[in-house]
Amino acid sequence: MNKGDELQNLNNKDSAAITKNNQVIKKLVMIVFGMFAFGFALVPLYDVFCDITGLNGKTSTTAAAVYNVDQIDTKRIVTVQFISRTAQGIPWQFEPMVREIKVHPGEMKLVKFYAKNESTRDIIGQAVPSVSPGLAAAYFQKIECFCFTQQPLQANEEVEMALQFYVDPELPEDISTLTLSYTLYDVTGKVES
Amino acid sequence: MTTDVIEQESHDDHHDDHKMKGIKRWLYTTNHKDIGTLYLWFAFIMLLTGGALAMVIRAELFQPGLQIVEPDFFNQLTTVHGLIMVFGAIMPAFTGFANWMIPMMIGAPDMALPRMNNWSFWILPFAFGILLSTFFMESGAPNFGWTFYAPLSTTYSNGSTAFFVFAVHIMGISSIMGAINIVVTIMNMRAPGMTYMKMPLFVWTFFITAYLLIAVMPVLAGVVTMLLTDTYFGTSFFDAAGGGDPVLFQHLFWFFGHPEVYIMILPAFGIVSTIIPAFARKKLFGYSSMVYATASIALLSFLVWAHHMFTTGMPLFGELFFMYCTMLIAVPTGVKVFNWVATMWRGSMSFETPMLFSIAFVILFTIGGFSGLMLALTPVDFQYHDTYFVVAHFHYVLVTGSLFSIYAGAYFWLPKWTGHMYNESLAKWHFWCSLISVNLLFFPMHFLGLAGMPRRIPDYALQFADFNKWVSIGGFAFGLSQLIFLAVVIKCIRGGEKAAAKPWDGAEGLEWTVASPAPYHTFSTPPKID
Ligand code: HEM
Ligand SMILES: [Cu+2]
Repeated sequence: MNKGDELQNLNNKDSAAITKNNQVIKKLVMIVFGMFAFGFALVPLYDVFCDITGLNGKTSTTAAAVYNVDQIDTKRIVTVQFISRTAQGIPWQFEPMVREIKVHPGEMKLVKFYAKNESTRDIIGQAVPSVSPGLAAAYFQKIECFCFTQQPLQANEEVEMALQFYVDPELPEDISTLTLSYTLYDVTGKVES
Repeated sequence: MTTDVIEQESHDDHHDDHKMKGIKRWLYTTNHKDIGTLYLWFAFIMLLTGGALAMVIRAELFQPGLQIVEPDFFNQLTTVHGLIMVFGAIMPAFTGFANWMIPMMIGAPDMALPRMNNWSFWILPFAFGILLSTFFMESGAPNFGWTFYAPLSTTYSNGSTAFFVFAVHIMGISSIMGAINIVVTIMNMRAPGMTYMKMPLFVWTFFITAYLLIAVMPVLAGVVTMLLTDTYFGTSFFDAAGGGDPVLFQHLFWFFGHPEVYIMILPAFGIVSTIIPAFARKKLFGYSSMVYATASIALLSFLVWAHHMFTTGMPLFGELFFMYCTMLIAVPTGVKVFNWVATMWRGSMSFETPMLFSIAFVILFTIGGFSGLMLALTPVDFQYHDTYFVVAHFHYVLVTGSLFSIYAGAYFWLPKWTGHMYNESLAKWHFWCSLISVNLLFFPMHFLGLAGMPRRIPDYALQFADFNKWVSIGGFAFGLSQLIFLAVVIKCIRGGEKAAAKPWDGAEGLEWTVASPAPYHTFSTPPKID
């Protein structure tokens, strides 16, 4: 630090000015930390927001607690389509065994997905569901789903995986087709670490 | 007590420039003018570095097909070009202006926190050193775009993510320290009598920008931290496999990203609002409406981030909300353009280089604003998104907007900084070459985008060949034209016609009441403001 500068600076800053500066700095630093925390707070807030509004096509990751439908709306038919996709790097065959199914709202259905580990190593997979149109996600109720848990498959092992669901009769009138898409990820590394 | 003693000592100290000699002067300096100079030179070096990357990009795109670089390296070029221009050129250049001019404009002897000021500059070269060093590593430089969307930057990272995150953290800390310094200086060090509504508009825009920085840079720091832990420590903020959500990344990024684009334009508004009145020889039209417009742009900028995400599958309500909010910003922006034009209206105008750049700014920034409005319309954005139309839009607002304002400001205050007049005819060459080439460079991009050429690709369909050739020629010409500026500045530092304290007869403000070049210490005793 240059002596001349130092004197110059201190000269211009009697202690009152320093206190005044510190007060402002304290507030600003609080904003900085507050906004840093806010960034992280947005993560759970985002999930809650999507959950409440049913945006984003995220279906519930746990089983619907009870099957609380008292009547099946036989006047309406909803088409449910199934799509599957494997994320890059997972050498599995993964397909819905039925591509499309017509259901009445409230009616319980069971469909199966087929998966085969085509590699020579053991892999743990995790399927992540998404519903389109996004607003329908809240009305798609899963009683049982392979996506609730991870699915380990040994080399060359194959499996049929079950999905039991119903479509809530409250489903908005304008939605007549639902697409349920599963993406399968390799989570072996994550599980092991 | 202690202050008394120091006061005593410094009075005995004779008042010459207490400068160290050589490199130490620059390493240890706490003088706002020295630090401003450092920032400005750093920004210019970064501009040339980022520009060099852009030249390679344009050389590759000169013809269809792959000729010079591999696609992956091409992606590294676009990514680092964007990061350097945003965080290394435009933002530090504005901080340089803030350092040089704010104390002089408010009648303060220096910035409020001179030592922190030294730090906030000197960590910057390290940030960009780290970023650029990745080019020489096995992994290569970041290749996921300046917007570093997950999972490109996490699951599919080439291994440069850690360096990238570290560099961004340092840039963020530097900006936050710089911004705190600006706010404290403006709040506490104004000369007696300078009320907030008497501050030059330049100071106002930097004041509001500093608040924006303080509010959103921490969010950027948070999001890159999440990126780091996702990539290396097994968290799943943005990883769908682990219950996270890649779309969340975009929300967090653009919550920072949109205010960030205003961080890069509000100071530009301040600069041209200083220059236009000086060369129109009229007071700035609608000073207080300018202040309120700036503040409302800043506030609104927090409500529009998802206009970058129209195609992510937002629900209709979201699309409409963000569309209308975005279009609302055009209102205060329009107020500003109106005020600049009204200031020139029936003014007694002269067209020195700072004014030429300012007028070009008003016209060309407005073109960028119009393409912004087109992009804000959700249904058409589905067509324009991720095409060259977006590239055209943000280069109009950032190059002919922010960068032109920086040139305007540099020419305007060069006499004050160096004590010499710059060479006006060489400067005019710089202006006209830049003006013509920049439009050749960016205007055809609108049409390329409308015709469907996607951004961030090293190769393209044959029908885009002619336009790309012209764009590349414009690019090389624009790149070369910037060397004229370098020549003007070096000539001006070395000599030239002596500049008067106030070389522009229409200019107003305290900075013109001190000699040219501005003495090392100014306003040790505050000036009187009436
Ligand atoms: C009237 C004001 C403006 C409006 C309505 C507007 C609107 C938009 C919209 C809707 C997009 C997204 C386009 C897409 O990706 O499909 C966009 C992109 C962008 N805008 Fe603006 N904008 C405005 C002003 C500005 C300003 C002043 C700047 C900076 C100085 C700026 C910088 C950018 C950048 C950098 C991007 C591209 C980001 C990326 O994807 O890499 N805009 N703008
Ligand atoms: Cu934006």
